[in-house]
Amino acid sequence: MSLPMFPPADDPGPSTGPDVRHGTTVAALRYGDGVVMAGDRRATEGYSIAHRAIEKVFAADRYSAVAFAGAAGPGIEMVKLFQTQLEHYEKVEGLALSLEGKANQLGQMIRGNLGMAMQGLAVLPLYAGYDLRRRIGRIFNYDLTGGRYEEADYHATGSGGRDARTTIKLGYREGMARDEAIELAILALYEAADEDIATGGPDVVRGIYPMVATVTADGFELASEPEVGERFGVLIERKRAEGQRP
Amino acid sequence: MTMPFYVAPEQVMKDRADYARKGIARGRALVAAVFAEGILVTAENPSRSLHKINEIYDRIAFAGVGRYNEFDQLRVAGVRHADTKGFAYSREDVDARSLANVYAQYLGQVFTHEMKPLEIEILVAELGVDGAPDQLYHILYDGTVVDEERFTVLGGEAEAIAGRMDSSWAEGWTVTEALRAAVSALAGPDRTLGADELEVAALARGDARRAFRRIEDGELAELLGVPPPT
Repeated sequence: MSLPMFPPADDPGPSTGPDVRHGTTVAALRYGDGVVMAGDRRATEGYSIAHRAIEKVFAADRYSAVAFAGAAGPGIEMVKLFQTQLEHYEKVEGLALSLEGKANQLGQMIRGNLGMAMQGLAVLPLYAGYDLRRRIGRIFNYDLTGGRYEEADYHATGSGGRDARTTIKLGYREGMARDEAIELAILALYEAADEDIATGGPDVVRGIYPMVATVTADGFELASEPEVGERFGVLIERKRAEGQRP
Repeated sequence: MTMPFYVAPEQVMKDRADYARKGIARGRALVAAVFAEGILVTAENPSRSLHKINEIYDRIAFAGVGRYNEFDQLRVAGVRHADTKGFAYSREDVDARSLANVYAQYLGQVFTHEMKPLEIEILVAELGVDGAPDQLYHILYDGTVVDEERFTVLGGEAEAIAGRMDSSWAEGWTVTEALRAAVSALAGPDRTLGADELEVAALARGDARRAFRRIEDGELAELLGVPPPT
């Protein structure tokens, strides 16, 4: 058998599957007590805004958080199924899955969605949690085929993911305190929204702010909207004072 | 060729009921009681890992006495029923009454059609929210459902224990009072039960979605007013 040959005009182009950079930015980073996860609130339909206050960061169970980029319908459904599966396992077995086990389970769900993903309805999650056995926060990133990659310190997914990753990379330090980690996550989302049309920034008019959650030995905790709003206010003030135009 | 003997249906049912009752009476009892903040379930159970009391759903608990493998099978079926229903419809649509009916039908079916009845009694308890009352469904080996409002006793010597519970009952009592009354009702006048012989769990009203909580070790000892286990 020989390789197919195409004259230059008939070149079918690369066949690496659909472009999966869906509009969203979700980011997670490790800090001293566990992990911080943050996500913007915008849902888009082409160049229109479909929803201004959608939620993309969820508690998967008591000790882990899941966020997703991609098609909203299948994404929310997948999160709901994942939450149900984790809780079901815990109740039937009388013991929760290990963080590793939960991460693998999510990978299997993504692989199950491959057919839909090839038709353009891809869902790419970001999973982070507190590992009760190792006593550290851990972050898992996924590809379309369900491949699961553990990230050492931070990761961000979605169309603004690259901007968010760069921002976190420049500000990251090992063993940060909660305040610093949340500040860095907020800055990452701010910069991502600044560069990416499909990522929503702080909406000070309506009072809609990105969601920020922490997962520590005490479990999942969503930062309150006033707290997140206030931190964005401080960030904007600082940028203004430094002479940048926020 | 052997001739089938005629046995009166009354006799068949009576034999099965006696068999089931005997099996249940061999096991240790369990008390579920309503208190100010919810429902407290107290069981005599020396095992730390094989539970008699379990979580089914957000506000629903399950407890069983008798043969462990039989009630545990029903527990898993109940968790599956509740999780499937909650996923397909809504979490609010999962309720104890419907679950109790499913259990009652299954137990009734086995009792009338199978050789051996299930040697178990089970409890399905639901915490009432927004002013709705707490519900206790006590389901017997033959599928009979008893709906209780204050407390219910499952297992051997149920009548004696229920009598002791009744005499100490107080409306709106605290978790400590309810627990101590349940433990002394289970123990009876001649025995005392320590923290290591008890399994205790509560469905407690609060902000958490999942109301089920086990009361173990230090917390249990403290409520009982005894030194914590080492």
